[in-house]
Amino acid sequence: MANVLEDIGRRTLDELDYVGSLNIQLWSTLRAMKRALPFVGNRYRWQATVQQMLQIGYDALPMVSMMAICTGFILAMQGATELRRFGALHYVIDLVVVGFTRELGPLLTAIAVSGRSGSAFAAEIGTMKVTEELDSLRVMALEPIEFVLAPKYLAALISIPCLTVISNTCGIVAGGLFMFFSTRLAPLLYFRYVMESVALRDVITGLIKSLAFATIIAHVGCLEGFRVRGGPDSVGRSTTSAVVKSTFLVILADAVFTAIFYFTVKP
Amino acid sequence: MPIISIRDLVVEYDGRRVLDGLNLDVEPGETMVLLGGSGSGKSTLLRQIIGLEQPKSGRVIVKGIDITRCSPPKLKEVRRSIGVAFQSAALFNSLSVADNVALPLREHTRLESSIIDLMVWMKLAVVGLADSRKLLPQELSGGMKKRGAVARALALDPEILVLDEPSAGLDPIVAAELDELILLLKEAFQMTVIVVTHEMPSAFRIADRIAMLHRGIFSLVGTKDEIRASQDPRVRHFLDRVPEDLANAATVATHFEKYLHTQEIHQ
Repeated sequence: MANVLEDIGRRTLDELDYVGSLNIQLWSTLRAMKRALPFVGNRYRWQATVQQMLQIGYDALPMVSMMAICTGFILAMQGATELRRFGALHYVIDLVVVGFTRELGPLLTAIAVSGRSGSAFAAEIGTMKVTEELDSLRVMALEPIEFVLAPKYLAALISIPCLTVISNTCGIVAGGLFMFFSTRLAPLLYFRYVMESVALRDVITGLIKSLAFATIIAHVGCLEGFRVRGGPDSVGRSTTSAVVKSTFLVILADAVFTAIFYFTVKP
Repeated sequence: MPIISIRDLVVEYDGRRVLDGLNLDVEPGETMVLLGGSGSGKSTLLRQIIGLEQPKSGRVIVKGIDITRCSPPKLKEVRRSIGVAFQSAALFNSLSVADNVALPLREHTRLESSIIDLMVWMKLAVVGLADSRKLLPQELSGGMKKRGAVARALALDPEILVLDEPSAGLDPIVAAELDELILLLKEAFQMTVIVVTHEMPSAFRIADRIAMLHRGIFSLVGTKDEIRASQDPRVRHFLDRVPEDLANAATVATHFEKYLHTQEIHQ
């Protein structure tokens, strides 16, 4: 019994330590972020940020688009199966539009980016740690947080909301294709219904979520990299851990945000 | 006045004492070699000298500033006057050799890019890598990587050059070339050089003084002649390559008894 309690206590302390480290890292990065901004910051950091934006955003575009199109089809088909029974097939449009702008667009994008870029952050920083590159930055009087993390975080904050908008669009287009093939609904008419269903409030809450998800993915991925100890095997463990933890935290944050918006934002 | 002063330095990892009350003075312009076997604590001492780790107690004073207690900006200022070449070279794999050398110049100076290019070429020419400046680190041999790391360490014309195991993993000819390079650099730039090594021929070639570390304490600090003439058994064992009592029957029996004792305690 004592061992179990000891184990629970140790795990709790470890988790608190992890959350504390995430917070410290977040504040340190926010302080260093101005150096990564264009015009006012260091131009090499901004160049690194643009490079990261291409990797996080542009390179993920085909994957995120395909995921959104498939999910759009699935949502429309599943919704249509039930709604057809009540003669309410046109509500499929509302289902797809509201589902994507509020929930699926940000969540699908975050899960895709977490798998692609969260693991890449952990692997890159973990390898830099193992090969003493982070130490060499420190001895050159450069801060790894500013040099490595700030461009990644800023790039994630810009790229992930953009990907979310594209994901929303792809999902809604997939719904339109389904409606066209199943009911011969004209694309222009579908577009008009979409414009009636889409609410600015939903788009904004979705984008707020995507900013929170970007923060989670960038910071969990980078923290896992910074916490690498030992050799290359621990780099492998850190990448797995980055994906698992960031996906879990993204879903947890989604639940929290959805609850907050449900109780505070009135339609 | 010594450029580096170490006073009563104690370092512990998880309660295990790695450095035990070290005292050492390094004079400006001298080459100090930290010599010792594996696990003697020489790399740990080096990390203390460049301020990468905090000691349990004691002081490390570099250019009159106690780097164990100073503010982060002050530590950065001290670090700008130290050039470090790590054992693994720690060149940034995503940057060419020239960009690696240019990095500290771009970050810490406001020089025109044409001037930086010229300075990079000069530093690379000094270490014999001027023709390889466009190559990536993974395209270099082990010896070239180490020379690239030395060129980067020289980028800001440091007062102190720190080299961690410069000849480790290199064939004797390349190792001898690096020794000659260190002598040349010291003569050309009038720097204080600290070299960590366990290679005796290298140590005796480049050192003005040698500090011999044995299990976290200095067994002897002196000139090459004083080290050669020493009758201290720990120094003699190292110089005469006498193995420690690892593989005789009595030692194995002692370890076995210890193991049985711990098993009984657990049961």
